[in-house]
Amino acid sequence: MQPRIHSAPGDAIVSHQPVSLRRYGGFTRANHWLTALCMIVLVLSGFAFFHPSLYGLTALFGGGQTTRWLHPIVGVVMALSFLGLFIQMWRLNLPAREDLEWTLKIGDVMRGNDDNLPALGKYNAGQKLVFWAFGVLILALLVTGVMIWEQYFAWMVSIPVRRVAVTVHALSAIGIVLVFILHVYAALWVRGTLSAMTRGTVSGGWAWRHHRKWLRELARRDTRDNTGGSD
Amino acid sequence: MSNPNPSTRAPQPLTAAANPPVQPLASNLLASDVVRISATAHVPEPARQLTQVAKLIDVSKCIGCKACQSACVEWNDLDPEIEDNVGVYDNPADLTPDLFTLMRFSEYENPDTGNLEWLIRKDGCMHCADPGCLKACPAPGAIVQYSNGIVDFISDNCIGCGYCVAGCPFDIPRISKKTFVSTKCTLCSDRVAVGQGPACAKVCPTQCITFGPKEDMVALANERIVDLQSRGFDQAGLYDPQGVGGTHVMYVLHHADKPSLYAGLPEDPKISPLVEALKGPAKLVGLAAAGAALVGAALHGLFARANKVAAEDEAAAQALVDAGGHDGSDGAASDRASDRARGGIGTDPPPADRHGHGGGSGRT
Repeated sequence: MQPRIHSAPGDAIVSHQPVSLRRYGGFTRANHWLTALCMIVLVLSGFAFFHPSLYGLTALFGGGQTTRWLHPIVGVVMALSFLGLFIQMWRLNLPAREDLEWTLKIGDVMRGNDDNLPALGKYNAGQKLVFWAFGVLILALLVTGVMIWEQYFAWMVSIPVRRVAVTVHALSAIGIVLVFILHVYAALWVRGTLSAMTRGTVSGGWAWRHHRKWLRELARRDTRDNTGGSD
Repeated sequence: MSNPNPSTRAPQPLTAAANPPVQPLASNLLASDVVRISATAHVPEPARQLTQVAKLIDVSKCIGCKACQSACVEWNDLDPEIEDNVGVYDNPADLTPDLFTLMRFSEYENPDTGNLEWLIRKDGCMHCADPGCLKACPAPGAIVQYSNGIVDFISDNCIGCGYCVAGCPFDIPRISKKTFVSTKCTLCSDRVAVGQGPACAKVCPTQCITFGPKEDMVALANERIVDLQSRGFDQAGLYDPQGVGGTHVMYVLHHADKPSLYAGLPEDPKISPLVEALKGPAKLVGLAAAGAALVGAALHGLFARANKVAAEDEAAAQALVDAGGHDGSDGAASDRASDRARGGIGTDPPPADRHGHGGGSGRT
């Protein structure tokens, strides 16, 4: 059996004193922030239609008509953008043996007792859950969203199917908002995470604490490079 | 507009047959007569209750002349596209954003009599007492219901999303590709406002379409039903479906037991339970879930200790990297930050004391 790979090809040690590691390259970060921007626009414009009490959010986009026009277009952009992230990240988000132990120790996770948690690759089970949940929900939102895209696809499905699509779209929207909140909060609460998506790097200590197998793999790969003569 | 501000309000219309008055009259269908507004929870109690009106379409008297269709196009200043004749009388083939009413022709071989019956139904908005379009609409004020029963689309507030299409049990609203608003029969609310009946009822040469107080229309329907039953249409009856609270456009059908014979008129129309659930408590539950997640995150952020990287973590990482990733572990549970930091497993540990420093990112 092939040994499990815990890192992406671009991941590397970029500084040795102190240890700093590249987690995401420029393309991935741009891809991520485009997706994030779309998500924010979609949540705000979608919530405007979700409940009458939030209809005032349409003012942010220039009124109800513009919001109705904009929402599905941004939705398609987001789906394509997320596809980019998916292609780059899906392999490292496949389930691993240690995910079960991590999940069972969710109490330690919540308390930040990382010392009690297993050593992990680039992603923990929570991050993998967020990844796959985003993937499934975006797909559901895309498919149902096209079905109810009155301007261009009104002909596509029958009215009874459209009713189901409207319902699934609304439920998936709530689901993705919950995942979004989890994703953002986790990135803020686990200090040192945000720089992975801003500067692209994380500190060695962060990697040791949260993704030790990933760190070890980069360190080993780094050694091999060093023996080649360059530093 | 010889008299832009007439002091007298128009009477409520009792029939479509009356000719318009010579004197201009002020509108008698006011914003304060609205009893329901889309995406609006609290509608002020109206000061008065208008007479409930209805249009009665006696299918048995229809000769299929399409005068109603033409009158509708003319009064509403519509311009429906000229389509191809595909060999049936239905023309155009369907309701469009520019066609609010349509004669639908069905051929029916009655198995009891052996007769070929030509069933003609004037399709259009039924003006439900419990309108699905209004319930499904997310845009405040885009759909209103007046106390006389008329359900009207207010285009200025319409956003063209098409949710009314999903809400309607009769497949009536059409979204314009030019103006991006939803359209349908208004029951000639602009005519009713000035004491006139709908244009279609006005022109109908056989008085198949009549208009007036709903009570009167039901009474008239009952007379017609008795007549039809005496002529052998045992199942003649009134179509005023209670699944949507009754409608303000009603049919007298010779086969009221089989409404679907008439170009698929729904047997028992109801607002889809999906739409009802979605527009009912489900969305509030969804919003509450999102709100609870936000509050939960905020509380955890405020009261739980942040997950910070410790100095020992940085030191351990340093040691691991210096050792080229070889710490004799495959990632077993013995990987503890403190052990690694104290253990000094690095083959070439940096000379500086790295135990006492906070963080690690500041070191050079």
